[in-house]
Amino acid sequence: MIDPVIASRIQFALTTIVHIIFPVMSMGLAPFLVYFTWKDIRTGKAIYEQLRRFWTRIFAVSFVVGTVTGIVLEFEFGTNFAAFSTTAGELFGGPLALEGMMAFMLEATFLGIFVFGRERVGNALYMVSAVAVGLGTWLSAVWILIANSWMQTPQGYELTTKNGQTIVELVDPVAAYANPRFPWMFVHMQNAAVESVALFMAGIGAYFVFRHHVWGYSIENIDFWETTLKFGLLALLITAPLQVLHGDLYARHIVETQPQKFAAMEAVWETDSYVPEYIIAFPTSIQDLLDPRAKDIFGIGFPGGASWLASGGDAQASIQGLEEFDGPQPPVAIVFWSFRMMVGLGFWFILLAVWGGYRWWRGELLEDDLLHKALMASTLLGIVAVELGWIVTEVGRQPWVIQGVLRTNEGVSPGLTAAEATATLVGFAVVYLGLLILYTYVIARIIRAGPPDVHDHAVQDTPGTSSSEVSVDD
Amino acid sequence: MTDPSTLASEPLFGLPLADVWFGLLFFIFSMFLFLDGFDFGVGVLFATREDNDEREQLLSAIGPFWDGNEVWLVVFGGSMFAAFPSVYANLFSRHYLLMFAILGALLVRGLAPEMYEQRHDDAWQQWWGRAFVVGSLTAPFFLGMFTANWLLGAKTIVTLPGLVVGLAVVALTVVDGVAFLRLKTRGDLRDDLRIDGYRALGAYLVLVVLTIGYIYRTDLALRSALFSIPVLILVFATIALAGVYAAATLLDRYYVAFGAAAGLVFALVGIVAGLMYPAIDRASGLTVETAIVSTLQLNLMSIGTAILLPLIFVYFGVLYTAFSGPIKAGESY
Repeated sequence: MIDPVIASRIQFALTTIVHIIFPVMSMGLAPFLVYFTWKDIRTGKAIYEQLRRFWTRIFAVSFVVGTVTGIVLEFEFGTNFAAFSTTAGELFGGPLALEGMMAFMLEATFLGIFVFGRERVGNALYMVSAVAVGLGTWLSAVWILIANSWMQTPQGYELTTKNGQTIVELVDPVAAYANPRFPWMFVHMQNAAVESVALFMAGIGAYFVFRHHVWGYSIENIDFWETTLKFGLLALLITAPLQVLHGDLYARHIVETQPQKFAAMEAVWETDSYVPEYIIAFPTSIQDLLDPRAKDIFGIGFPGGASWLASGGDAQASIQGLEEFDGPQPPVAIVFWSFRMMVGLGFWFILLAVWGGYRWWRGELLEDDLLHKALMASTLLGIVAVELGWIVTEVGRQPWVIQGVLRTNEGVSPGLTAAEATATLVGFAVVYLGLLILYTYVIARIIRAGPPDVHDHAVQDTPGTSSSEVSVDD
Repeated sequence: MTDPSTLASEPLFGLPLADVWFGLLFFIFSMFLFLDGFDFGVGVLFATREDNDEREQLLSAIGPFWDGNEVWLVVFGGSMFAAFPSVYANLFSRHYLLMFAILGALLVRGLAPEMYEQRHDDAWQQWWGRAFVVGSLTAPFFLGMFTANWLLGAKTIVTLPGLVVGLAVVALTVVDGVAFLRLKTRGDLRDDLRIDGYRALGAYLVLVVLTIGYIYRTDLALRSALFSIPVLILVFATIALAGVYAAATLLDRYYVAFGAAAGLVFALVGIVAGLMYPAIDRASGLTVETAIVSTLQLNLMSIGTAILLPLIFVYFGVLYTAFSGPIKAGESY
């Protein structure tokens, strides 16, 4: 039996880590689907209908799995973190309710029309559905990140006592909900989602292009895959540099608002100036592998780099060390390494974008087999980077569930037994592993089946413009 | 118009907002149980259909609607969290394993139809077809158990009224599912469903009578609430609506039967709410007044909801209009 506090924390981490994959796919695909639908309706070209229908299938599967895993998350606050829910519910529950009413409702109802309704509704309503679905996915992120950013930099509340329990009471809605952390989180998250899908598109496009142009296999619909590769690369060229740019500004915001988290990201234990930015770092002794104290490491770094980044240009700037904070520290090794890998991946994506863009410009995009291999290997790395980023965000603020207000271990349901918590943890580990395998299998199947066969058709403004009904069944 | 400066201290327009939110919460739960209820009913009826073409028809009937219907549960959870956070915390952590049973059932139920359509070979469809049926049976059953335990303030998961109400909710979703499918199908399938509807309705009425009898015999606190005017009205409404449903089904008045099925769901949830009020969680002694959030947050949530709820009805209007009438062959992506 696992201690209910530990089990609840592992369970929440596990369910979040799995769940985030599906919203990332939906949010990232949304702008592509809006564009493909627009072009499909305006031009009547087969390629856009193919792109729309193929990516809609992937969106629909992602949405369903995202929904079932998301409902679990919503109710886990009540089941496993009842003390947190009682304390913070007044501020935290509101954004969740509004997410359901404002965003999820919009997305889910119009998804019915978007997925099933091409034959039933006119072009205008069909286009509205595409936009509504996309808007819904993005608005969901707005409300979830408002809730999360309040936990990172809480303000606009007062601690009061109600029914004998300490709770946070809303006193200033603008301060609480227009939280200073929110814009950074939102921009960084949405751009990451689009970047992840761009990498996914480029990766699978590259796979078919590679097999066709380099290995000489005859691939059906090779035009479709070439276009997919190009759309992926184009989106990567836009999103990859932006991600690093606002990532850097976001990090400076963390220095100001959550210095303990920043110290963990850089593994700075003692307050110091001229702190180096380590590219790789290892403890000198094996026993310290999970405890990369800055002073004990063997590492390669830029002298003054971390100070320079934290202050926005001053290599002599001082960084507050972890030892200045009372109480327990976050698991520094996890935060330090996750941050490094995320940033490393961010730069790798820029390199990929520039490399691919250069080849494309030179007209050599289809022949560079090394580029294809690099893109294929990076298909899922965008999602990996998102996971790492969330680990930095969520693990980095431990031991706090609400920064400076409530500790995570104080937020767990008081009546929860070890047996209950362990049983559901084991259940979730099994079910979610199965879900991941199933999702991967289904997506791989959709990709193998390829886009539906369609033909160019004249543009009409009546329902039923889709040319032929094609299924991808066996 | 309410002066903005009083937003923090006085309820909007002087309305009894705590009571409004209690009603709203159960209204949202009714919407979920009515809309996702017919999805569950279709899932249960799936077990009675052998023919592949008929099974496809059942899936196509709910295909465009399921996502939107299920969101009412998310809104229910979010609204309870926002308006009555202490109830949300107490109730869900107390029914810990039952909550996970509900979540597991909903997970299987949500996944199965999507997976069923992904491959068209027998073994795959047989397994996902079974998963669809099991999820559709267990989700309303556990929800019924949960609701009964909530109302009675039970501290254990398995209680006799919990089991009876669980079965009653399953029967009700089948009534609901039949009414919906009779709108969406034609021919033999539609005629065959009539008898399923009568059986489910009969079972539902028997189970409701058993539950009310049990409450009358064992729970003195709820006994007097049973004879309150609103609850009595809803009990009689249930009998009347059952009659309307039976007659409309016999006469092929499809929309009337569907409306009656909806009325049965709202009446059931209304009875639960009527029996519970003014408590909102008997086991922890919380009442509507003690559990509600502070005035400022409540006012803001009320303004947001007053704007969003009508919009949501517009979305549902657009969706159900676009897919009104019987399903067409081969509707897909």
